[in-house]
Amino acid sequence: MTGTSVIAPSPAVPRAAVNTGARLWTSSLLVAGRTVRKFARTPQLIVFTTIQSALFLLMFRFAFGGAIGTGGSLSYVDFLVPGFIASSILWSGMGAATGMAEDVEHGFVDRLRSLPIPRAAVLIGRSLADAALLVWALAVAAILGFAVGFRLTGTVPGALAAFGLCVLFGFAFEWVFIVIGLLGGTARAAQSLGLLVTPLVFLSSAYVPVASMPGGVRQFSEIQPLTPMVDAVRGLAAGARGQALLQHSTSYYIGLSLAWAAAIFVVFGLLAVLRFARR
Amino acid sequence: MTPILEAYGLVKRYGKTHALAGLDLVVHPGRVVALLGPNGAGKTTFVRTVATLLRPDAGTLHVDGIDALRKPGKVRQVIGLAGQFAAVEEAMTGRENLEMVGRLFGLSRKDAKAAAVRVLDQMQLTDDADRLVRTYSGGMRRRIDLGISLVGTPRLLLLDEPTTGLDPGSRLQLWDAIRDLVVTGTDILLTTQYLDEADRLASDIVIIDHGTVIAAGTPAELKSRAGDDMIEVHVRAAGDLPAVSGVLATVGHDPQADVPARRASVAVDDGSSRLMDALRRLDQQRITVEDISLRRPTLDEVFLSLTDRQEASS
Repeated sequence: MTGTSVIAPSPAVPRAAVNTGARLWTSSLLVAGRTVRKFARTPQLIVFTTIQSALFLLMFRFAFGGAIGTGGSLSYVDFLVPGFIASSILWSGMGAATGMAEDVEHGFVDRLRSLPIPRAAVLIGRSLADAALLVWALAVAAILGFAVGFRLTGTVPGALAAFGLCVLFGFAFEWVFIVIGLLGGTARAAQSLGLLVTPLVFLSSAYVPVASMPGGVRQFSEIQPLTPMVDAVRGLAAGARGQALLQHSTSYYIGLSLAWAAAIFVVFGLLAVLRFARR
Repeated sequence: MTPILEAYGLVKRYGKTHALAGLDLVVHPGRVVALLGPNGAGKTTFVRTVATLLRPDAGTLHVDGIDALRKPGKVRQVIGLAGQFAAVEEAMTGRENLEMVGRLFGLSRKDAKAAAVRVLDQMQLTDDADRLVRTYSGGMRRRIDLGISLVGTPRLLLLDEPTTGLDPGSRLQLWDAIRDLVVTGTDILLTTQYLDEADRLASDIVIIDHGTVIAAGTPAELKSRAGDDMIEVHVRAAGDLPAVSGVLATVGHDPQADVPARRASVAVDDGSSRLMDALRRLDQQRITVEDISLRRPTLDEVFLSLTDRQEASS
Protein backbone atom coordinates (compact mmCIF):
# COMPACT_ATOMS: atom_id res chain seq x y z
CA MET A 1 0.00 0.00 0.00
CA THR A 2 1.25 3.47 -0.78
CA GLY A 3 0.42 6.92 0.55
CA THR A 4 -0.89 7.97 3.94
CA SER A 5 -3.73 6.09 5.51
CA VAL A 6 -6.52 8.52 6.18
CA ILE A 7 -9.30 7.53 8.53
CA ALA A 8 -12.42 9.36 7.36
CA PRO A 9 -14.42 11.65 9.65
CA SER A 10 -17.68 10.62 11.30
CA PRO A 11 -20.62 12.92 12.03
CA ALA A 12 -19.72 15.66 14.50
CA VAL A 13 -19.48 14.62 18.13
CA PRO A 14 -19.33 16.92 21.17
CA ARG A 15 -15.83 18.13 22.03
CA ALA A 16 -14.34 17.26 25.37
CA ALA A 17 -12.82 20.06 27.44
CA VAL A 18 -9.14 20.84 27.68
CA ASN A 19 -7.52 20.00 31.01
CA THR A 20 -5.38 22.75 32.38
CA GLY A 21 -3.52 20.44 34.72
CA ALA A 22 -2.46 21.01 38.31
CA ARG A 23 0.29 23.47 39.18
CA LEU A 24 3.74 22.44 40.35
CA TRP A 25 3.08 22.66 44.08
CA THR A 26 -0.31 20.94 44.03
CA SER A 27 0.86 18.16 41.76
CA SER A 28 4.04 17.60 43.78
CA LEU A 29 2.00 17.28 46.96
CA LEU A 30 -0.45 14.89 45.30
CA VAL A 31 2.38 12.72 44.04
CA ALA A 32 4.04 12.82 47.47
CA GLY A 33 0.77 12.00 49.21
CA ARG A 34 0.39 8.87 47.17
CA THR A 35 3.89 7.61 48.05
CA VAL A 36 3.41 8.29 51.75
CA ARG A 37 0.02 6.55 51.73
CA LYS A 38 1.54 3.59 49.95
CA PHE A 39 4.11 3.25 52.72
CA ALA A 40 1.65 3.84 55.54
CA ARG A 41 -0.72 1.23 54.14
CA THR A 42 1.88 -1.45 53.66
CA PRO A 43 2.36 -2.72 57.22
CA GLN A 44 4.86 -5.38 56.12
CA LEU A 45 7.17 -2.63 54.91
CA ILE A 46 6.96 -0.71 58.17
CA VAL A 47 7.42 -3.78 60.36
CA PHE A 48 10.30 -5.25 58.35
CA THR A 49 12.28 -2.04 58.07
CA THR A 50 11.90 -1.47 61.81
CA ILE A 51 12.94 -5.01 62.70
CA GLN A 52 15.87 -4.85 60.33
CA SER A 53 17.15 -1.66 61.80
CA ALA A 54 16.58 -2.92 65.38
CA LEU A 55 18.54 -6.13 64.68
CA PHE A 56 21.37 -4.11 63.28
CA LEU A 57 21.54 -1.88 66.29
CA LEU A 58 21.30 -4.79 68.72
CA MET A 59 24.16 -6.56 66.97
CA PHE A 60 26.49 -3.61 67.25
CA ARG A 61 25.37 -2.64 70.69
CA PHE A 62 25.64 -6.08 72.30
CA ALA A 63 27.65 -8.39 70.00
CA PHE A 64 30.43 -6.22 68.54
CA GLY A 65 30.20 -3.28 70.90
CA GLY A 66 32.25 -4.80 73.68
CA ALA A 67 35.26 -5.15 71.39
CA ILE A 68 35.10 -1.64 69.96
CA GLY A 69 36.88 1.10 71.84
CA THR A 70 35.79 4.67 71.21
CA GLY A 71 39.23 6.07 71.94
CA GLY A 72 37.85 8.46 74.52
CA SER A 73 35.63 8.77 77.57
CA LEU A 74 32.47 8.30 75.53
CA SER A 75 30.80 4.91 76.13
CA TYR A 76 30.28 2.79 73.04
CA VAL A 77 26.49 3.05 73.12
CA ASP A 78 26.69 6.84 73.19
CA PHE A 79 29.22 6.69 70.36
CA LEU A 80 27.20 4.19 68.34
CA VAL A 81 23.70 5.61 68.42
CA PRO A 82 24.38 9.00 66.74
CA GLY A 83 26.27 7.10 64.03
CA PHE A 84 23.48 4.60 63.72
CA ILE A 85 20.88 7.35 63.34
CA ALA A 86 22.94 9.29 60.81
CA SER A 87 23.72 6.22 58.74
CA SER A 88 20.06 5.20 58.71
CA ILE A 89 19.57 7.89 56.06
CA LEU A 90 21.36 5.55 53.68
CA TRP A 91 19.30 2.49 54.61
CA SER A 92 16.14 4.52 54.23
CA GLY A 93 17.42 5.83 50.90
CA MET A 94 17.62 2.30 49.54
CA GLY A 95 13.88 2.08 50.00
CA ALA A 96 13.55 5.30 48.02
CA ALA A 97 15.60 3.84 45.15
CA THR A 98 13.45 0.72 45.06
CA GLY A 99 10.28 2.80 45.20
CA MET A 100 11.39 5.04 42.35
CA ALA A 101 12.39 2.05 40.21
CA GLU A 102 9.10 0.33 40.94
CA ASP A 103 7.20 3.37 39.73
CA VAL A 104 9.20 3.34 36.51
CA GLU A 105 8.84 -0.42 36.09
CA HIS A 106 5.10 -0.56 36.68
CA GLY A 107 4.15 2.35 34.46
CA PHE A 108 3.23 4.76 37.22
CA VAL A 109 5.82 7.28 36.08
CA ASP A 110 4.56 6.97 32.50
CA ARG A 111 1.04 7.68 33.67
CA LEU A 112 2.23 10.80 35.51
CA ARG A 113 4.30 11.89 32.53
CA SER A 114 1.26 11.66 30.28
CA LEU A 115 -0.69 14.03 32.53
CA PRO A 116 -0.75 17.81 32.06
CA ILE A 117 1.43 18.50 35.10
CA PRO A 118 4.95 19.91 35.28
CA ARG A 119 7.28 16.94 34.91
CA ALA A 120 9.34 18.21 37.81
CA ALA A 121 6.37 17.37 40.04
CA VAL A 122 7.13 13.66 39.67
CA LEU A 123 10.63 14.09 41.10
CA ILE A 124 9.76 16.78 43.61
CA GLY A 125 6.81 14.73 44.84
CA ARG A 126 9.06 11.71 45.18
CA SER A 127 11.69 13.60 47.17
CA LEU A 128 9.09 15.22 49.45
CA ALA A 129 7.55 11.84 50.21
CA ASP A 130 10.95 10.31 50.82
CA ALA A 131 11.79 13.15 53.15
CA ALA A 132 8.65 12.40 55.14
CA LEU A 133 9.51 8.70 55.27
CA LEU A 134 13.03 9.63 56.27
CA VAL A 135 11.78 11.62 59.27
CA TRP A 136 9.83 8.52 60.26
CA ALA A 137 12.89 6.28 59.88
CA LEU A 138 15.07 8.69 61.86
CA ALA A 139 12.49 8.87 64.63
CA VAL A 140 12.34 5.07 64.79
CA ALA A 141 16.15 4.93 64.87
CA ALA A 142 16.25 7.48 67.71
CA ILE A 143 13.66 5.58 69.75
CA LEU A 144 15.55 2.33 69.22
CA GLY A 145 18.71 4.13 70.27
CA PHE A 146 17.24 5.26 73.55
CA ALA A 147 15.83 1.77 74.07
CA VAL A 148 19.30 0.18 73.95
CA GLY A 149 20.67 2.56 76.52
CA PHE A 150 21.68 5.72 74.71
CA ARG A 151 21.62 8.79 76.94
CA LEU A 152 21.88 12.29 75.68
CA THR A 153 25.14 13.74 76.99
CA GLY A 154 24.81 16.93 74.95
CA THR A 155 22.08 19.56 75.12
CA VAL A 156 18.49 19.15 73.94
CA PRO A 157 18.78 21.96 71.35
CA GLY A 158 21.98 20.25 70.18
CA ALA A 159 20.14 16.96 69.80
CA LEU A 160 17.34 18.63 67.88
CA ALA A 161 19.87 20.32 65.63
CA ALA A 162 21.50 16.94 65.09
CA PHE A 163 18.15 15.48 64.08
CA GLY A 164 17.55 18.39 61.71
CA LEU A 165 20.96 17.87 60.14
CA CYS A 166 20.14 14.20 59.57
CA VAL A 167 16.98 15.23 57.73
CA LEU A 168 18.98 17.64 55.56
CA PHE A 169 21.65 15.06 54.78
CA GLY A 170 18.98 12.51 54.05
CA PHE A 171 17.22 14.89 51.68
CA ALA A 172 20.46 15.43 49.78
CA PHE A 173 21.29 11.71 49.66
CA GLU A 174 17.79 10.92 48.45
CA TRP A 175 18.71 12.37 45.09
CA VAL A 176 21.48 9.81 44.82
CA PHE A 177 18.88 7.13 45.37
CA ILE A 178 16.39 8.69 42.96
CA VAL A 179 19.11 8.55 40.30
CA ILE A 180 19.83 4.93 41.26
CA GLY A 181 16.12 4.16 40.95
CA LEU A 182 15.87 5.84 37.56
CA LEU A 183 18.99 4.12 36.28
CA GLY A 184 18.04 0.73 37.69
CA GLY A 185 14.65 0.74 36.02
CA THR A 186 13.52 -2.31 37.94
CA ALA A 187 13.10 -2.66 41.68
CA ARG A 188 15.49 -5.61 41.76
CA ALA A 189 18.22 -3.78 39.87
CA ALA A 190 17.79 -0.69 42.02
CA GLN A 191 18.10 -2.78 45.16
CA SER A 192 21.36 -4.29 43.96
CA LEU A 193 22.70 -0.91 42.89
CA GLY A 194 21.60 0.55 46.20
CA LEU A 195 23.76 -1.96 48.06
CA LEU A 196 26.77 -0.17 46.60
CA VAL A 197 26.36 2.41 49.36
CA THR A 198 27.10 -0.22 52.03
CA PRO A 199 30.83 0.63 52.07
CA LEU A 200 29.93 4.24 52.78
CA VAL A 201 28.18 3.12 55.93
CA PHE A 202 30.86 0.80 57.25
CA LEU A 203 33.90 2.70 56.06
CA SER A 204 32.90 5.76 58.05
CA SER A 205 32.96 6.90 61.65
CA ALA A 206 29.39 5.61 62.15
CA TYR A 207 30.14 2.33 63.96
CA VAL A 208 33.84 2.39 64.71
CA PRO A 209 36.35 5.21 65.20
CA VAL A 210 38.10 5.97 61.92
CA ALA A 211 41.41 6.07 63.80
CA SER A 212 41.22 2.30 64.28
CA MET A 213 41.28 1.63 60.51
CA PRO A 214 44.39 0.78 58.44
CA GLY A 215 45.96 3.29 55.97
CA GLY A 216 43.99 3.35 52.72
CA VAL A 217 40.68 2.43 54.31
CA ARG A 218 41.16 5.13 56.86
CA GLN A 219 41.88 7.71 54.18
CA PHE A 220 38.74 6.77 52.33
CA SER A 221 36.71 6.93 55.51
CA GLU A 222 38.04 10.35 56.34
CA ILE A 223 37.24 11.96 53.02
CA GLN A 224 33.86 10.41 52.25
CA PRO A 225 30.75 12.48 53.02
CA LEU A 226 29.13 10.29 55.66
CA THR A 227 32.02 10.68 58.11
CA PRO A 228 31.75 14.47 58.59
CA MET A 229 27.97 14.03 58.76
CA VAL A 230 28.26 11.44 61.51
CA ASP A 231 30.90 13.51 63.30
CA ALA A 232 28.68 16.60 63.20
CA VAL A 233 25.71 14.66 64.54
CA ARG A 234 27.82 13.02 67.23
CA GLY A 235 29.39 16.29 68.24
CA LEU A 236 25.94 17.82 68.70
CA ALA A 237 24.32 14.85 70.43
CA ALA A 238 27.15 13.74 72.68
CA GLY A 239 28.35 17.18 73.81
CA ALA A 240 31.82 17.67 75.21
CA ARG A 241 32.75 13.99 75.38
CA GLY A 242 31.73 13.54 71.75
CA GLN A 243 33.64 16.60 70.73
CA ALA A 244 36.73 15.31 72.48
CA LEU A 245 36.93 12.50 69.88
CA LEU A 246 37.00 14.96 66.97
CA GLN A 247 40.07 16.57 65.49
CA HIS A 248 38.25 19.82 64.73
CA SER A 249 35.36 21.65 66.35
CA THR A 250 31.81 20.39 65.82
CA SER A 251 30.97 23.48 63.79
CA TYR A 252 33.79 22.56 61.38
CA TYR A 253 32.11 19.21 60.73
CA ILE A 254 28.70 20.84 60.45
CA GLY A 255 30.04 23.21 57.80
CA LEU A 256 31.88 20.48 55.93
CA SER A 257 28.89 18.15 55.93
CA LEU A 258 26.52 20.91 54.83
CA ALA A 259 28.85 21.64 51.93
CA TRP A 260 28.81 17.94 51.05
CA ALA A 261 25.02 17.86 51.27
CA ALA A 262 24.71 20.88 49.00
CA ALA A 263 27.12 19.38 46.46
CA ILE A 264 25.36 16.02 46.48
CA PHE A 265 21.98 17.68 46.09
CA VAL A 266 23.10 19.82 43.15
CA VAL A 267 24.97 17.09 41.28
CA PHE A 268 22.48 14.26 41.76
CA GLY A 269 19.45 16.53 41.47
CA LEU A 270 20.75 17.57 38.07
CA LEU A 271 21.49 13.98 37.07
CA ALA A 272 17.98 12.95 38.08
CA VAL A 273 16.42 15.77 36.07
CA LEU A 274 18.56 14.97 33.02
CA ARG A 275 17.81 11.28 33.23
CA PHE A 276 14.13 11.93 33.75
CA ALA A 277 13.81 14.40 30.88
CA ARG A 278 15.26 11.91 28.40
CA ARG A 279 12.65 10.35 26.19
CA MET B 1 -12.26 19.45 10.69
CA THR B 2 -8.91 19.16 12.44
CA PRO B 3 -7.69 15.57 12.44
CA ILE B 4 -7.40 14.22 15.96
CA LEU B 5 -4.15 12.61 14.95
CA GLU B 6 -1.81 13.43 12.12
CA ALA B 7 1.51 11.66 11.80
CA TYR B 8 3.89 11.91 8.89
CA GLY B 9 7.13 10.04 8.47
CA LEU B 10 7.55 9.16 12.14
CA VAL B 11 10.87 7.50 12.86
CA LYS B 12 12.06 6.17 16.20
CA ARG B 13 15.32 4.28 16.35
CA TYR B 14 16.70 2.15 19.16
CA GLY B 15 20.27 1.50 18.16
CA LYS B 16 20.03 -0.15 14.77
CA THR B 17 16.40 -1.23 15.01
CA HIS B 18 13.72 1.07 13.68
CA ALA B 19 10.75 0.80 16.02
CA LEU B 20 9.01 3.33 13.79
CA ALA B 21 10.19 3.49 10.20
CA GLY B 22 8.43 6.43 8.60
CA LEU B 23 4.93 5.84 9.89
CA ASP B 24 2.14 7.91 8.28
CA LEU B 25 -1.35 8.01 9.75
CA VAL B 26 -4.17 10.54 9.79
CA VAL B 27 -7.23 9.97 11.97
CA HIS B 28 -10.30 12.22 11.91
CA PRO B 29 -12.48 12.74 14.98
CA GLY B 30 -15.31 10.40 15.89
CA ARG B 31 -13.48 7.16 15.16
CA VAL B 32 -12.22 4.23 17.14
CA VAL B 33 -9.01 3.10 15.57
CA ALA B 34 -7.34 -0.21 16.37
CA LEU B 35 -3.65 -0.60 15.68
CA LEU B 36 -3.12 -4.21 14.92
CA GLY B 37 0.19 -5.96 14.55
CA PRO B 38 2.48 -8.62 15.96
CA ASN B 39 4.81 -8.08 18.91
CA GLY B 40 7.54 -5.65 18.02
CA ALA B 41 5.60 -4.10 15.14
CA GLY B 42 5.88 -0.64 16.66
CA LYS B 43 2.39 -0.35 18.14
CA THR B 44 3.48 0.53 21.64
CA THR B 45 6.23 2.83 20.42
CA PHE B 46 3.69 4.71 18.35
CA VAL B 47 1.24 5.05 21.24
CA ARG B 48 4.02 6.20 23.55
CA THR B 49 5.09 8.75 20.97
CA VAL B 50 1.55 10.11 20.68
CA ALA B 51 1.39 10.22 24.49
CA THR B 52 4.55 12.40 24.41
CA LEU B 53 6.47 9.80 26.41
CA LEU B 54 8.87 9.31 23.53
CA ARG B 55 10.30 11.84 21.16
CA PRO B 56 10.52 10.66 17.56
CA ASP B 57 13.86 10.97 15.76
CA ALA B 58 12.17 12.28 12.62
CA GLY B 59 8.76 13.15 11.27
CA THR B 60 5.89 15.35 12.37
CA LEU B 61 3.10 14.61 14.79
CA HIS B 62 -0.02 16.64 15.52
CA VAL B 63 -2.60 15.65 18.11
CA ASP B 64 -5.87 17.57 17.84
CA GLY B 65 -3.99 20.12 15.78
CA ILE B 66 -1.25 20.57 18.42
CA ASP B 67 2.34 20.06 17.40
CA ALA B 68 3.36 17.23 19.73
CA LEU B 69 7.08 17.84 19.26
CA ARG B 70 6.98 21.56 20.00
CA LYS B 71 4.18 21.62 22.59
CA PRO B 72 4.03 18.26 24.30
CA GLY B 73 2.53 19.92 27.38
CA LYS B 74 -0.49 21.04 25.36
CA VAL B 75 -0.95 17.54 23.99
CA ARG B 76 -1.08 16.16 27.52
CA GLN B 77 -4.07 18.39 28.18
CA VAL B 78 -6.19 16.53 25.64
CA ILE B 79 -5.08 12.91 25.94
CA GLY B 80 -5.66 10.04 28.32
CA LEU B 81 -3.43 6.98 28.50
CA ALA B 82 -4.08 3.51 29.85
CA GLY B 83 -1.16 1.20 29.45
CA GLN B 84 -0.26 -2.45 29.27
CA PHE B 85 0.46 -2.37 32.95
CA ALA B 86 -2.43 -1.29 35.04
CA ALA B 87 -0.64 1.72 36.53
CA VAL B 88 -2.90 2.09 39.50
CA GLU B 89 -1.83 2.63 43.10
CA GLU B 90 -2.69 -0.60 44.83
CA ALA B 91 -2.50 0.86 48.30
CA MET B 92 -5.24 3.35 47.50
CA THR B 93 -8.93 2.77 46.90
CA GLY B 94 -10.46 3.05 43.45
CA ARG B 95 -12.05 6.34 44.43
CA GLU B 96 -8.80 7.76 45.83
CA ASN B 97 -6.97 6.85 42.63
CA LEU B 98 -9.56 8.62 40.52
CA GLU B 99 -9.68 11.71 42.74
CA MET B 100 -5.90 12.00 42.76
CA VAL B 101 -5.61 11.87 38.98
CA GLY B 102 -8.63 14.16 38.63
CA ARG B 103 -6.84 16.76 40.68
CA LEU B 104 -3.66 16.24 38.67
CA PHE B 105 -5.74 16.96 35.57
CA GLY B 106 -6.43 20.32 37.19
CA LEU B 107 -9.88 19.72 38.65
CA SER B 108 -10.83 21.30 41.95
CA ARG B 109 -11.27 19.01 44.96
CA LYS B 110 -15.04 19.13 44.47
CA ASP B 111 -14.94 18.53 40.71
CA ALA B 112 -12.46 15.69 41.18
CA LYS B 113 -14.86 14.02 43.62
CA ALA B 114 -17.72 14.43 41.15
CA ALA B 115 -15.59 13.09 38.29
CA ALA B 116 -14.64 10.07 40.39
CA VAL B 117 -18.30 9.31 41.08
CA ARG B 118 -19.11 9.60 37.37
CA VAL B 119 -16.24 7.36 36.27
CA LEU B 120 -16.91 4.76 38.98
CA ASP B 121 -20.47 4.52 37.70
CA GLN B 122 -19.31 4.39 34.09
CA MET B 123 -16.90 1.55 34.90
CA GLN B 124 -19.44 -0.21 37.15
CA LEU B 125 -17.13 -0.01 40.10
CA THR B 126 -19.32 2.03 42.43
CA ASP B 127 -19.80 -0.89 44.82
CA ASP B 128 -16.05 -1.45 45.09
CA ALA B 129 -15.09 2.22 45.10
CA ASP B 130 -13.81 2.26 48.67
CA ARG B 131 -11.84 -0.96 48.64
CA LEU B 132 -8.08 -0.88 48.19
CA VAL B 133 -7.15 -1.66 44.59
CA ARG B 134 -4.88 -4.45 45.83
CA THR B 135 -8.06 -6.43 46.59
CA TYR B 136 -9.40 -5.97 43.03
CA SER B 137 -9.56 -8.73 40.41
CA GLY B 138 -7.54 -8.40 37.18
CA GLY B 139 -10.57 -7.21 35.25
CA MET B 140 -11.46 -4.61 37.88
CA ARG B 141 -7.90 -3.30 37.82
CA ARG B 142 -8.06 -2.79 34.08
CA ARG B 143 -11.36 -1.01 34.43
CA ILE B 144 -10.08 1.33 37.12
CA ASP B 145 -6.98 1.92 34.97
CA LEU B 146 -9.22 2.79 32.03
CA GLY B 147 -11.31 4.93 34.36
CA ILE B 148 -8.26 6.86 35.53
CA SER B 149 -7.51 7.84 31.96
CA LEU B 150 -11.08 9.14 31.70
CA VAL B 151 -11.37 11.44 34.70
CA GLY B 152 -10.01 14.25 32.58
CA THR B 153 -12.49 13.50 29.75
CA PRO B 154 -9.75 13.32 27.13
CA ARG B 155 -10.33 14.05 23.46
CA LEU B 156 -8.02 11.26 22.45
CA LEU B 157 -7.84 8.15 24.57
CA LEU B 158 -4.81 5.92 24.05
CA LEU B 159 -5.23 2.31 25.10
CA ASP B 160 -2.21 0.07 24.85
CA GLU B 161 -3.38 -3.54 24.75
CA PRO B 162 -6.26 -2.89 27.13
CA THR B 163 -7.41 -6.49 27.51
CA THR B 164 -4.19 -8.51 27.28
CA GLY B 165 -4.25 -11.21 29.94
CA LEU B 166 -7.91 -10.83 30.88
CA ASP B 167 -10.44 -13.64 31.15
CA PRO B 168 -13.24 -13.63 28.54
CA GLY B 169 -15.89 -12.22 30.88
CA SER B 170 -13.72 -9.29 31.96
CA ARG B 171 -12.79 -8.66 28.34
CA LEU B 172 -16.43 -8.34 27.34
CA GLN B 173 -17.05 -5.93 30.21
CA LEU B 174 -14.09 -3.80 29.23
CA TRP B 175 -15.18 -3.80 25.60
CA ASP B 176 -18.60 -2.51 26.64
CA ALA B 177 -17.00 0.23 28.69
CA ILE B 178 -14.79 1.27 25.78
CA ARG B 179 -17.68 1.29 23.30
CA ASP B 180 -19.71 3.55 25.59
CA LEU B 181 -16.96 6.15 25.48
CA VAL B 182 -17.25 7.03 21.85
CA VAL B 183 -20.56 8.82 22.33
CA THR B 184 -19.03 11.13 24.92
CA GLY B 185 -16.80 12.66 22.30
CA THR B 186 -13.67 10.71 23.06
CA ASP B 187 -11.75 9.37 20.10
CA ILE B 188 -9.92 6.17 20.77
CA LEU B 189 -6.67 4.77 19.51
CA LEU B 190 -6.08 1.29 20.84
CA THR B 191 -3.46 -1.31 20.16
CA THR B 192 -4.19 -4.99 20.17
CA GLN B 193 -2.85 -8.30 19.02
CA TYR B 194 -6.31 -9.74 18.67
CA LEU B 195 -8.29 -9.45 15.47
CA ASP B 196 -11.55 -10.12 17.28
CA GLU B 197 -10.90 -7.24 19.63
CA ALA B 198 -10.21 -4.86 16.77
CA ASP B 199 -13.25 -6.26 15.04
CA ARG B 200 -15.56 -5.69 18.02
CA LEU B 201 -14.34 -2.27 19.01
CA ALA B 202 -12.92 -0.43 16.09
CA SER B 203 -14.50 1.48 13.27
CA ASP B 204 -11.15 1.31 11.55
CA ILE B 205 -8.22 -1.03 11.69
CA VAL B 206 -4.67 -0.04 10.94
CA ILE B 207 -2.24 -2.89 10.49
CA ILE B 208 1.34 -2.05 11.19
CA ASP B 209 4.50 -4.05 10.93
CA HIS B 210 8.18 -3.15 11.05
CA GLY B 211 7.20 0.36 12.08
CA THR B 212 5.05 1.29 9.09
CA VAL B 213 1.38 1.08 8.19
CA ILE B 214 0.86 -1.78 5.80
CA ALA B 215 -2.91 -1.66 5.53
CA ALA B 216 -5.84 0.36 6.84
CA GLY B 217 -9.59 0.18 6.48
CA THR B 218 -12.78 -0.95 8.13
CA PRO B 219 -12.75 -4.47 9.58
CA ALA B 220 -14.92 -5.75 6.75
CA GLU B 221 -12.69 -4.20 4.10
CA LEU B 222 -9.58 -5.71 5.58
CA LYS B 223 -11.06 -9.13 5.96
CA SER B 224 -12.31 -9.20 2.43
CA ARG B 225 -8.87 -8.15 1.29
CA ALA B 226 -7.31 -10.77 3.50
CA GLY B 227 -9.22 -13.52 1.77
CA ASP B 228 -11.82 -16.10 2.40
CA ASP B 229 -13.38 -17.97 5.26
CA MET B 230 -11.74 -21.13 6.46
CA ILE B 231 -13.32 -24.52 7.02
CA GLU B 232 -11.47 -26.42 9.69
CA VAL B 233 -12.01 -30.10 10.48
CA HIS B 234 -10.73 -32.03 13.48
CA VAL B 235 -10.76 -35.84 13.21
CA ARG B 236 -10.47 -38.48 15.89
CA ALA B 237 -8.04 -40.71 14.02
CA ALA B 238 -5.09 -39.21 12.17
CA GLY B 239 -5.58 -41.97 9.57
CA ASP B 240 -8.71 -40.19 8.36
CA LEU B 241 -6.81 -37.04 7.45
CA PRO B 242 -6.01 -37.95 3.82
CA ALA B 243 -9.69 -38.74 3.20
CA VAL B 244 -10.75 -35.46 4.87
CA SER B 245 -8.24 -33.54 2.79
CA GLY B 246 -9.71 -35.21 -0.25
CA VAL B 247 -13.19 -33.97 0.67
CA LEU B 248 -11.92 -30.47 1.46
CA ALA B 249 -10.19 -30.33 -1.91
CA THR B 250 -13.61 -30.60 -3.53
CA VAL B 251 -15.03 -27.55 -1.70
CA GLY B 252 -12.01 -25.24 -1.69
CA HIS B 253 -8.51 -25.15 -3.03
CA ASP B 254 -5.24 -26.33 -1.58
CA PRO B 255 -6.30 -27.84 1.78
CA GLN B 256 -3.69 -27.97 4.53
CA ALA B 257 -3.38 -30.93 6.90
CA ASP B 258 -1.78 -30.70 10.32
CA VAL B 259 -1.15 -34.35 11.27
CA PRO B 260 -0.08 -33.98 14.94
CA ALA B 261 -3.12 -31.79 15.61
CA ARG B 262 -5.35 -34.16 13.58
CA ARG B 263 -6.69 -31.14 11.78
CA ALA B 264 -7.25 -30.13 8.18
CA SER B 265 -8.33 -26.76 6.86
CA VAL B 266 -9.16 -25.10 3.59
CA ALA B 267 -10.01 -21.59 2.39
CA VAL B 268 -13.43 -21.33 0.74
CA ASP B 269 -15.17 -18.55 -1.15
CA ASP B 270 -18.77 -19.06 -0.02
CA GLY B 271 -18.45 -20.17 3.59
CA SER B 272 -21.82 -21.47 4.71
CA SER B 273 -22.83 -23.36 1.58
CA ARG B 274 -19.35 -24.89 1.23
CA LEU B 275 -19.57 -25.97 4.86
CA MET B 276 -22.82 -27.79 4.06
CA ASP B 277 -21.17 -29.43 1.06
CA ALA B 278 -18.24 -30.55 3.14
CA LEU B 279 -20.49 -31.97 5.88
CA ARG B 280 -22.57 -33.90 3.32
CA ARG B 281 -19.52 -35.44 1.68
CA LEU B 282 -17.86 -36.36 4.93
CA ASP B 283 -21.08 -38.03 6.00
CA GLN B 284 -21.33 -39.93 2.70
CA GLN B 285 -17.82 -41.27 3.23
CA ARG B 286 -18.65 -42.15 6.85
CA ILE B 287 -15.67 -40.25 8.25
CA THR B 288 -15.98 -39.58 11.99
CA VAL B 289 -15.40 -35.91 12.63
CA GLU B 290 -14.62 -34.58 16.10
CA ASP B 291 -15.38 -31.01 15.21
CA ILE B 292 -15.98 -28.94 12.11
CA SER B 293 -16.09 -25.16 11.97
CA LEU B 294 -16.30 -22.24 9.68
CA ARG B 295 -14.21 -19.33 10.80
CA ARG B 296 -12.90 -15.99 9.70
CA PRO B 297 -9.23 -15.80 8.95
CA THR B 298 -7.11 -15.31 12.08
CA LEU B 299 -4.84 -12.35 12.56
CA ASP B 300 -1.96 -14.48 11.39
CA GLU B 301 -3.75 -15.29 8.18
CA VAL B 302 -4.89 -11.71 7.54
CA PHE B 303 -1.48 -10.53 8.38
CA LEU B 304 0.37 -13.03 6.21
CA SER B 305 -1.94 -12.45 3.32
CA LEU B 306 -1.55 -8.66 3.57
CA THR B 307 2.19 -8.78 3.88
CA ASP B 308 2.38 -11.17 0.94
CA ARG B 309 0.29 -8.80 -1.09
CA GLN B 310 2.48 -5.89 -0.13
CA GLU B 311 5.62 -7.70 -1.13
CA ALA B 312 4.04 -8.78 -4.41
CA SER B 313 2.98 -5.21 -5.29
CA SER B 314 6.21 -3.51 -4.42
